[in-house]
Amino acid sequence: MEETMNKTAQPVIDSKIPEGPIAEKWTNYKAHQKLVNPANKRRLDIIVVGTGLAGASAAATLGEMGFNVLNFCIQDSPRRAHSIAAQGGINAAKNYQNDGDSVYRLFYDTVKGGDYRAREANVYRLAEVSNNIIDQCVAQGVPFAREYGGLLANRSFGGAQVSRTFYAKGQTGQQLLLGAYSSLNRQINAGKVKSYNRYEMHDVVIIDGRARGIIAKNLVTGKLERFAAHAVVIATGGYGNTYFLSTNAMACNCSAAMACYRKGAMFANPAYVQIHPTCIPVHGDKQSKLTLMSESLRNDGRIWVPKNIEDAKKLQAGEIKGSDIPEKERDYYLERRYPAFGNLVPRDVASRAAKERCDKGYGVNNTGLAVFLDFSEAINRLGIDVIRQRYGNLFDMYEEITDVNPGELANEIDGVKYYNPMMIYPAIHYTMGGIWVDYELQTSVKGLFAIGECNFSDHGANRLGASALMQGLADGYFVLPYTIQNYLSDQITVPRFSTDTPEFEAAEKAVQDNLDRLMSIQGKRSVDSIHKELGHIMWEYVGMGRTREGLETALQKLKELRKEFETNLFIPGTQEGMNNELDKAFRLRDFIAMGELIAYDALSRNESCGGHFREEYQTEEGEAKRDDENYFYVSCWKYNGSDETAPTQVKEPLHYEAIKVQTRNYKN
Amino acid sequence: MENSISFKLKVWRQKDAKSQGQFVTYDVNDIPTDTSFLEMLDILNEQLVEKGEEPIHFDHDCREGICGMCSLYINGHPHGPATGATTCQLYMRRFHDGDTITVEPWRSAAFPVIKDLMVNRNALDQIQQAGGYVSFNTGGAQDANAIPISKVAADEAMDSASCIGCGACVAACKNGSAMLFVSAKVSQFALLPQGKAEAKKRVKAMLSKMDELGFGNCTNTGACAAECPKNIKLSNIARLNREFICAKCAD
Ligand SMILES: Cc1cc2nc3c(=O)[nH]c(=O)nc-3n(C[C@H](O)[C@H](O)[C@H](O)COP(=O)(O)OP(=O)(O)OC[C@H]3O[C@@H](n4cnc5c(N)ncnc54)[C@H](O)[C@@H]3O)c2cc1C
Ligand code: SF4
Ligand code: FES
Repeated sequence: MEETMNKTAQPVIDSKIPEGPIAEKWTNYKAHQKLVNPANKRRLDIIVVGTGLAGASAAATLGEMGFNVLNFCIQDSPRRAHSIAAQGGINAAKNYQNDGDSVYRLFYDTVKGGDYRAREANVYRLAEVSNNIIDQCVAQGVPFAREYGGLLANRSFGGAQVSRTFYAKGQTGQQLLLGAYSSLNRQINAGKVKSYNRYEMHDVVIIDGRARGIIAKNLVTGKLERFAAHAVVIATGGYGNTYFLSTNAMACNCSAAMACYRKGAMFANPAYVQIHPTCIPVHGDKQSKLTLMSESLRNDGRIWVPKNIEDAKKLQAGEIKGSDIPEKERDYYLERRYPAFGNLVPRDVASRAAKERCDKGYGVNNTGLAVFLDFSEAINRLGIDVIRQRYGNLFDMYEEITDVNPGELANEIDGVKYYNPMMIYPAIHYTMGGIWVDYELQTSVKGLFAIGECNFSDHGANRLGASALMQGLADGYFVLPYTIQNYLSDQITVPRFSTDTPEFEAAEKAVQDNLDRLMSIQGKRSVDSIHKELGHIMWEYVGMGRTREGLETALQKLKELRKEFETNLFIPGTQEGMNNELDKAFRLRDFIAMGELIAYDALSRNESCGGHFREEYQTEEGEAKRDDENYFYVSCWKYNGSDETAPTQVKEPLHYEAIKVQTRNYKN
Repeated sequence: MENSISFKLKVWRQKDAKSQGQFVTYDVNDIPTDTSFLEMLDILNEQLVEKGEEPIHFDHDCREGICGMCSLYINGHPHGPATGATTCQLYMRRFHDGDTITVEPWRSAAFPVIKDLMVNRNALDQIQQAGGYVSFNTGGAQDANAIPISKVAADEAMDSASCIGCGACVAACKNGSAMLFVSAKVSQFALLPQGKAEAKKRVKAMLSKMDELGFGNCTNTGACAAECPKNIKLSNIARLNREFICAKCAD
């Protein structure tokens, strides 16, 4: 192992992990880092792009500390960032349930869940600050669920044996974001944060090797504007919409991250994309997004397809319904394959198993791309009232969308009652990869930081449920506000910048040229039609099951798609005022580049781990086969000056001190 | 996909804040009834773009009923005819073949039109900035379980906190009042011990901001609660009034 490490290790990467035992690294860091005194903070400006959990919490906290913050978002209000849609909950190692939880256990579960591809030191710090997050949110007035005794309630989530998830109904992301938004509002009111809504960052401005500002488009006027600052923080979320259909909100995009990448920030592990097993299946080619059905349904729902291919064919033809198939003809394939975890295996395992059945022809809807999630057994055991109490709002949501009520009695065969099952299928949900950052959350460009889903840092190859909210808030409230000071401490003598520099001039011109070019193509195809095609390529060849051949095909097809985009795109209207089509086209150009990056990374990783499954690398039973000997590293990509040229791979070797690397086992 | 409908869509088109707007009617054909209302607009927009015309601009993001970005005044109702749902959660099976469907932006003095069906709702943010928070700095919190909060109060605060800030209540109100929106936030904090210390200051600051921004007065007609997609109750307004009177008495 040591030898491979040395071969792959390259001196360029310094992840700045502090010395000392894992449990003391963060304390040591804070004790020795440089700080900025209050009088100097007033002289320093920080741009924070994004108002999701990561961006809003960072902007608010930096404002409280005394920095001047400029905070941007695409939506009409910071409160509408995509984080608002998170349902299930947020993890913390409080051990309020006295079930044996601890910082170490949360750390261990996260590293294991991530299939041993995360950086140990970062994950430990995440687990360490998790408890502060809950304290912070309660103090803000976040109405978490409580027990009758008045104390906080917890639930359990996939991949953990303890109950450590805090929640606010099925709206945890909403309540956490509204908490951060309220702190942000306090700072806006105090004049410490200036909020720019309906603004989209198009580029980052680098002066003498340091990030010093951004070029942003005012989406209402259509005009480009320049903003300068001593440091720039990117908190712009994940790149799931590369696949067109995903559970992400419509405005989620990767353009800010791509702008940083093109300006020299490395992009890490793009191939690690999470596919969530319980989404409502695609219903037609006009669909705009996919709806997530909370993972919590897997606590009581049983996942199945028919045992007989004939039954599957009849289901696909609409001749019979799920409730017509009796118990003994059903194949509860997760319970069959993974007796120990059953329906509660981690997301990547559950998703692949569904795909495997559907690929074999056992899919249960008209497209053959769906499996059943059935509550009959739970309803017969506990009664419909109990089940509705637990999942009523989800049943209603499902019914509103599909017109089928999963709690409705549909059939009785041999004295057994069968209720309408839900249909589910995996969908793109979250991206573990992102802008490469060191321990300080600084990218490979000085003064440019990345936090939240847009960085790669904490989840390795797979993220556990309820850990993204934790990471976003950890980064924004408790990590970045410290680590950024280590950078800013020697910037206090740098006066405020004018935006009338040649660097700003050049950056704005490049952005304007890009927009002019997009407007001037005047071809025949709408942005969405090309984006859909991108989605098909990505899902087909760079989705749940990848092969060398498929990835090579994808790269070829993506090249052709870029050409189509550049020669046959049509955008109506002008650059004056609001032009949605132009804004979508701007994002699509970056999604295509992102698609290629994912494919390059997936092609280079000749192993299966977490969200990355290469069909060539599986066990005889169809389980993922990791290769720690050769792929125990973070895969980073450097831009080579043009979207057309392949990027260069740089490897950051991983070093584990606290945890022994093992094969994940959910069978027994 | 057995069922499809065709209908006329009468849509408000307006180039920008300064231009005059007008209704334009489009024939929309063969829309499967399992399409969402916003997907129907996507389909129409795709057809407009193919013809070289500008698509209809409307606000939307999550398409799951939680972000509060979508708006639309459909057939005389904010968020359309379905109750307890936002526009993005509205499906075409609610409409019939041959219908004429009228779509307008939120109409309120405080929400100027940006383009077509998009309006500027910054005023709602400004009300929150005036006092919709607990004043304390990151890092200074005590243990989360230090103060027990009754489940009843926590659940009730959660119901109030469910407001998505969409502004349908304002659009529904003949006075253009934002009272339901303000009362939801005031109530959330009034119900929790963390919000108590600043309760008096908060209610006064938020209400005076609301007045300043050109929202109308509340005359208790209740149209807001009837149209609110998140079922925010009128009792929140009653609580706000109590809080306000208390605050005034203390002056
Ligand atoms: C349906 C769903 C449910 C989920 N449920 C859970 C859950 O229960 N638990 C959990 O832990 N995680 C969950 N997740 C994941 C989690 O919600 C996200 O990972 C997390 O919220 C991301 O937060 P963020 O702050 O990094 O980015 P986001 O919330 O995505 O915010 C991005 C921000 O950047 C802005 N932005 C983007 N690009 C630009 C630009 N170019 N210029 C200016 N601004 C820009 C946007 O306007 C926005 O303000 C869920 C995700 C989905 C999709
Ligand atoms: S009170 Fe209801 S209608 Fe008004 S903003 Fe909140 S959710 Fe929308
Ligand atoms: S688009 Fe988010 S609530 Fe409708």
